[in-house]
Formats: sequence, C-alpha cells, structure tokens
Amino acid sequence: MNADRHEHVSSEAASPEGYNFAYLDEQTKRMLRRALLKAVAVPGYQVPFGGREMPLPYGWGTGGIQVTAAVIGSDDVLKVIDQGADDTTNAVSIRRFFVTTTGVDTTEKTCDATVIQTRHRIPETPLSEGQILVYQVPIPEPLRFIEPSETETRKMHALQEYGVMHVKLYEDIAHFGHIATAYAYPVKVNGRYVMDPSPIPKFDNPKMHQSPALQLFGAGREKRIYAVPPFTDVESLDFEDYPFEIQSWDHHCDICGASESFLDEVVTDDQGGRLFVCSDTDYCRTRVEAEGVQAVASPAKTQEVLS
Amino acid sequence: MNQPAQTIERTPATEQPVLSVRNLTKLYAPSKGCHDVSFDLHPGEVLGIVGESGSGKTTLLKTLSARLAPDRGELLYLNSEQQLMDVYQLPEFRRRQLLRSDWGVVHQHPQDGLRMRVSAGANIGERLMAVGDRHYQQLRQRGLGWLKAVEIDEDRIDDNPSTFSGGMQQRLQIARNLVTHPRLVFMDEPTGGLDVSVQARLLDLLRNLVMDMNLSVVIVTHDLAVARLLSHRLMVMRRGEVVEQGLTDQILDDPQHPYTQLLVSSVLAP
Amino acid sequence: MTAMIDVQNLTKTFTLHNQGGVSFTVLDNVSFQVNAGECVALHGNSGSGKSTLMRSLYANYKVHSGQIWLGSGDERINIAVAEPRDILRLRDQTIGYVSQFLRVIPRVSTLDVVMEPLRRKGVGREQASAAAKALLERLNIPERLWSLSPSTFSGGEQQRVNIARGFIAKLPILLLDEPTASLDAANRQVVIELITEAKANGAAIVGIFHDDDVRSDVADRLIDMT
Repeated sequence: MNADRHEHVSSEAASPEGYNFAYLDEQTKRMLRRALLKAVAVPGYQVPFGGREMPLPYGWGTGGIQVTAAVIGSDDVLKVIDQGADDTTNAVSIRRFFVTTTGVDTTEKTCDATVIQTRHRIPETPLSEGQILVYQVPIPEPLRFIEPSETETRKMHALQEYGVMHVKLYEDIAHFGHIATAYAYPVKVNGRYVMDPSPIPKFDNPKMHQSPALQLFGAGREKRIYAVPPFTDVESLDFEDYPFEIQSWDHHCDICGASESFLDEVVTDDQGGRLFVCSDTDYCRTRVEAEGVQAVASPAKTQEVLS
Repeated sequence: MNQPAQTIERTPATEQPVLSVRNLTKLYAPSKGCHDVSFDLHPGEVLGIVGESGSGKTTLLKTLSARLAPDRGELLYLNSEQQLMDVYQLPEFRRRQLLRSDWGVVHQHPQDGLRMRVSAGANIGERLMAVGDRHYQQLRQRGLGWLKAVEIDEDRIDDNPSTFSGGMQQRLQIARNLVTHPRLVFMDEPTGGLDVSVQARLLDLLRNLVMDMNLSVVIVTHDLAVARLLSHRLMVMRRGEVVEQGLTDQILDDPQHPYTQLLVSSVLAP
Repeated sequence: MTAMIDVQNLTKTFTLHNQGGVSFTVLDNVSFQVNAGECVALHGNSGSGKSTLMRSLYANYKVHSGQIWLGSGDERINIAVAEPRDILRLRDQTIGYVSQFLRVIPRVSTLDVVMEPLRRKGVGREQASAAAKALLERLNIPERLWSLSPSTFSGGEQQRVNIARGFIAKLPILLLDEPTASLDAANRQVVIELITEAKANGAAIVGIFHDDDVRSDVADRLIDMT
C-alpha cells in the first residue's frame, strides 16, 4: 500500500480539473482505510463503511472502486479485469477512471500489477507477496438467502451459528445429486467467519487459501468491506461424503491449449460450432506468446473469435 | 451452574427436576403476561397450560423456553450432565445453543417453525447440521427415519413443506425438533389449526413419542380434551396468574377454583 | 395382615362456585381399611357417595381433609397430599381402576389399549401383547376386533375391554366401579373369576356391585355408606 506516501503529493498529482488523487477526498479514504484495517484484523468479518456516491451505477463495481481508491498510490501498477478479461467494457471503464484520476501505470500482466481490481475471477497466474486483489461484491452476506434480517445475520455470525450454510449445500445434493453451487461458493475464513467470496467460480476458491496476496472485498450498495490477509486459511464448506470439488472440462483451451485454467464456452456460428477459451485473457496470451506453446486453433480462427 | 442446587426447594424425590421455575414474572401491563409462576418439571413429565385467550399462556411459554426474558424470577435447567443452569444468566449463545439441541419448540403455525423454502429433509437435518453433523448420507437416513416416525411418506423427503397439508407440516415440525433427541419440548397449541380427524392422529403420535423418548413437555392449549390426553399435570391460568394446578384428571373432573369450574363446565360435549 | 388401603377421617365437600357457591358434603369423616387379599363392597343408595369415594381413592377427586394411605411399607403414600407424579407412579405400579365407561383414545387399537398398563409397568411389548390376547380371549372379545379402536364397540364390549385393561397388570390395589353392569351371565362369570384370582394373588379390592349375586360371590364384607 503506497497510498500514504502519496497523500502529501496528491495535490500535485495528475488529477484533472481539480479532482483529488483517486477521486475520493482524503477524509473518505482515511475512513475507508480504517474500515480496511479492521477488516484485515478480523478476517472474513463484514465491516460497515460510509459508502460514497461514485460516478457510475451500483452493480458496476462501486465497492471495489472505493477500496482501490483508498489503497492506490501513484507508483502502483493497476490491472482491472472483468470475468477474467482486461478488455471488457467494465474493466476498460474502471481502468480509464483510475488513469484519469491518478495517472498510475496500468498493465494487463498479472505478475506486473501491484493492485488488481476484479469482478468474478481470480487470475490464473499465482499471486505473490505485496500484491493486492480487490474484489467487487454484489451481496456480501452469505446468510442472506435464508435469513432476511440483518440484525439476525449479524447475531448468527457473532455466535457462529452456521448450520444453515450446510442446509443450502444439502439442498443442492438432494435436488441435483451433487453440490451444484458453482459460484459465490461459501467459505470459512481463518476457522471463524463464513464469507461470501463474491461471485467468483468455485474453481477459484482454492486460490484464496494461504494466498500470499492481500485480498480486499468491497460491496458498494450494501456498504460493507471485508478482507482475507495474506497467508490465511480459506476453507470451502462441504460434506464428508460430498467433498468440495472444482469444475473441470473435457476440453483444452482452443487458443493456448491450457488444460488447467477456467474455460469460457464461446458459440461461434449458428451451426452449433463452439470454442473453449481461457477466461483469463492475460494468462492465455502469455502462454501463446511463450516459446513452445503454439495455438491449438489456427491463428486465423483465433483472430476471428477475438475480433 | 450459577446457582448451587441446595438453595432450591425440592420435593423429596430421587429424580431431580429437569426444569425448576421460581416466581417467574413477565408483565406487559397489570394482568397482561404471567405473574409469579413457580413449578418443577421432572423427566418424562408433560405439563399442560390451559386458560382462555389472553390469559398469559403464550407469554409464559415464551419465557419458559428462553425466548423472552422475564422481569424477575428464576428459570433453572438441569442438563444431561446434571449441571444446573440458570437459563437467563447464561450468555445468549448458550441459550440459543440450548434451543437448537437440548430443547425444542413446536409453534402453533408450522410456518413459524419450519423453513418453508427448503426441503423436508433439510428441515429435519438442520438441527443436526447446526450441531456439527457433516455427513450427507447419514443426514438423509435420519431424515427418512423421522419422516417415517411422523407418518409422512418417505417419497416426500425432497419436497418443500409448502406443498404439505397442515397436518403434515405440523408433523414435520415435530420431527425437525425431535431429531436431536431434546430433553425438553415446548409446544404452543400444536393442534390449533387442524381438523379434528387430523388432530387425533397428531395427538396419538405425540403421545407415543413423548412416552418412547421420555420427553419432558410443556404444552399450551385451550383445548381441554387435548390437555387430558397429553398432559400429566395441568396449570390453569387466568389474567396472568396460575389459579389452580395439579393432576390433569383431578383438575378436569374435580375443579376447585371458580374459574376452572367455569372453564370445565363451558366445554360442549359432542 | 397389611392394610393396603387405609382411609382416615376422609371428608369430601363440593363447592359449586358458579351456582351461587352452594356447598355440600358427600363424604363425612369416613374411615376404613382394606387388607391385601380382601374384597370390600361399598353399599348404599344412589347418591350416597360410593362413586365419590372410589374417585377419591384413585385421586381423581381432590381430598380436602383426612388421609388416604395406599400401598404398604416404604411404598405407602398419602394421596391426599401427594405430588401428581407420585400419584401417577402409584397408578402405574399399584392401583388400577375399572370405571363404568371406557375413555377411548382415537386410533389406538384394542390390543394396545389393553396392554398399555403392562407396558407402563415396564413389561416388554411381546410379553404384554401375549397377556393382552389371552385376557381378551378369556373375556370373549372376538379376535377380529383386536386391531380396531374400541370406539365403535358396543357398551358390553367396551366394558370388557376396560376390565381387561384393569386386570392385566395384576396391580395390588383394584377399584371396580360396577364392573359387571352391562355384561351377560357368561362374561359376568369370567369377571367373578378374575376378581377371585386377583384376591388370591393378594390384591386389595374395593368395588361397587349392583348385582347382588356378584357381590355375594366376591365381597368379603360391606362398607355401609348410608
């Protein structure tokens, strides 16, 4: 977190038309940082914060943006992804927002980024110490599906009354024969709080466990912040006879040939043609560029798909 | 736990009461609520609380079942390890723990006691999962066993209770409560909204479960026939006060208090 | 001889609060004992308090003054002041009551109704069932009725079910309220045999018998209620 160093220089930062560095005023950032410190100190606990109106609608990542704004400094390198891709509208808009308001360098390379804001994915490339992953969260409360009352869910967290979480998994097995929850799969953090990991695929759940990176979660509409500090246990809930499993595919990535990444299915024509490609565009490109990994699909076809 | 056993007045008996109630009072207004209620409940004993609407039965039941703090008085529970607990002196999480494991509450309206949007099997399994059961097949077997015990077709295990009849819902609620083998069960008008024919089946079922599991039960009802069938002892309430208590058939066949006499003589014979 | 029933200065008054508070005394200072193996018949006109006395002995009616000691030795308790659960235990272990009318529980089969007192004494299901079948057979209840609830039975059939229920547990104290009222001669004879056997087993019996023949067959003495 290089932010503190830059508070002093923020007035001279590249902010246009009199905006403060990273859009938010320093008092707001301070409030957010206090909430973040508390969230880091109590892993998985949802800390309320005074969410601000941001120049984009709720549901577009207002929580994540406020968290990023609170931790970013001028020598940070920012990466923004949406569903794994750097080039989707949401990712492009947010990246441009921070370039305009902070002047930071941006990258699409996971390993070069110091702050990564994400919606719905964790990058395939393993994160390292010193990196910060900021998640955009729509519904932070994992107990909400069964308990509409906020006072009651807070009490349930406080008293660790988590039996109902397994009711949900039980229902999955009863109706589908397996745990059908595929995203926002509930986890227990540091053996204490049950947490909604935001709508990442359960494929990504194991990456949270003992991750060397700092993971911050921001829910803008619900005005909640929570965190998983580096090297923290993150355990996906399951049954003894139905253990937690991640998705797998019969296919390899049609572009880079990867067999161990999260694949998106892309319909290519009206005749039922389809491709499977990595959802993480940076990971896919890096593999293609690297020596020895040749595209399985023809370059022409790839070009067709991506254009 | 907080209260040494010897300070509590007891009848000379080998068995300790599972619940000791002393001067329990919860008043919303004068004569509204329950006032100065004391009794002991022993293992396997079924206590009926009768009285007209507004007499304080439900308030008393809520207070007894650790869901409504009394203004004053003591509620002592002897757990299976023979530890005496002053229920309202316990931290809240211990009280809630009791309600999930050692105790059961059967509500008058099944929708208050069931999760209507999850399957019957999950409704039965929830208390087991809450106390740490993490084996799906075992949970399922327990669910099937309990459906059978409460006479619900085992095929219905994956159906939501919203598709059940009122009588089935009530039986499911009972199964959901009894699955952890509670020692103490509180029931609020369990046959209240049911047809007479459905009532009979439920009563018979309850009577057998209570006997087989040696449950201690406090049951609130305004139906004297239900009280006669299920309870060993009766407590008659009026305007928040217990006006008479004793052996069920003695209270019903030889009522002493003017109000009890009125209550008993007001029942229409079919 | 041990007195299984020891009634001392029993007084029973009814007060009808909702009918002008009128009060009348039905039993006035009654005292008597019944020994093990003895059958005593209550004698008196209708309204003389025979049923009230029976119900008081079963703790169905509340006793206001006097004492009713039931049982022997350490088991002896005064039901005038006993706790409900002690009375219930006494009813399971010591004292049986055959009333004139059967209180039917919906859906419970005749066999289960009859064996229940034995089950309550702690006897296993198999054994209790066998005993119940034997007794029902003896009282001429056809086997096809055993699995049915007695609610639809005739008065005489219900009374025999009630008698079977009363005698099955071989309790040391029996209260019989007109046990032969609606029975034919053959079944009346079975009941007389049952009473005689119970006496031989050492039961103390108090009964109300309208039938003079039955009374003279089973009763060792009379208690005059008039």
